Amino acid sequence: MGNRIVHSVSLGAVLFAVWLVLSGHYTFLITTLGVLSCALVVSIMQRMDLIDHEGHPIHLTWRAVTYIPWLIIEIIKANIDVLKRILSPSLPATPTLLRVKASQTSDLGQVIYANSITLTPGTISVDVANGEILVHALTRSGAEDLMGGEMDRRVTKMVGEDK
Amino acid sequence: MSGTIIDILSWALILLGAFSLITGAVGVLRFPDVYTRMHAASITDTLGAGSIILGLILQAGLTLVAAKLFLILVFIFFTSPASSFALAHAALSSGVEPILDADLRDDDKESSS
Amino acid sequence: MFSAATAALLVTMIMALIRAIKGPSIYDRIVAVNMFGTKVVLMIAVLGFLMGRPEFTDIALVYALINFVGTIAVLKVFKYGDLARAHDDEEPL
Repeated sequence: MGNRIVHSVSLGAVLFAVWLVLSGHYTFLITTLGVLSCALVVSIMQRMDLIDHEGHPIHLTWRAVTYIPWLIIEIIKANIDVLKRILSPSLPATPTLLRVKASQTSDLGQVIYANSITLTPGTISVDVANGEILVHALTRSGAEDLMGGEMDRRVTKMVGEDK
Repeated sequence: MSGTIIDILSWALILLGAFSLITGAVGVLRFPDVYTRMHAASITDTLGAGSIILGLILQAGLTLVAAKLFLILVFIFFTSPASSFALAHAALSSGVEPILDADLRDDDKESSS
Repeated sequence: MFSAATAALLVTMIMALIRAIKGPSIYDRIVAVNMFGTKVVLMIAVLGFLMGRPEFTDIALVYALINFVGTIAVLKVFKYGDLARAHDDEEPL
């Protein structure tokens, strides 16, 4: 229950930060209306029972700080590889369909893993079921990289489920 | 002086973005089936959109506009994999078979067990 | 420089439209339209800078959200012929 209050407060804080960025008007009346509308959204979400660690994963914030830069570097590397393949005249694609194991136990971890796979060009997750992710890879080498499981390990570490 | 450096950097980013946008579009035209085309489209969503918006942020400087551009980038990075996943899932479950070089759907399972 | 980015975006959008017209399957078209939508978001942002009106980013932000919801809605309508119901009974592929 206490957890829920923490999540509500942090959701309200995030909403208000976004409101501040989007608004650009900081008079007393308008800011009060902004606070009220954020509070209204939080109370509606509480009534709908939408506030939990999945919808608002603040506990991941600090670990994500190390994961996201690594993911961005991976994305850039994969981008360069796919760009080369598109521009070479023979179109050297070796499309592969494979299943990789998602060692995260929570739904949130698996969603983060599947989305990281999809965000990296050259690999798209097609289905998530029974702790496995069905992946379509543009190249055989991309598929083998994924089977090496580095991204899996890092995601597991990020959601804090490694032993 | 630092103004020119930021200008050069942002122009380089915008040019890189423009290049990867066009390359991705060429890929969407050239690749043979839905799934490979989605790989090409995801280039334009990540590298293309990312570097163009970063270039614009450098041009905007420390203003609210830069913060809004950053929000756009975050939205694109969160929604683009979700819609790609939905698209690929819908395509495969409605029976659009991908053109494959190697299908490791099952033998991967056997080798792991 | 902004006009160069605009030109590149226009070329990209035209190519996406060609793919959307050529098809052949409905999914090719949705890929192309989704990509077109992302390019529209970028286009609005770049045009804001080109015309000296950076407020356009607000519109781009809203369009980024609409584009995502629109893609999902089109997929759902096409797959189930219905937007209203929840469908949980999916077999794993």
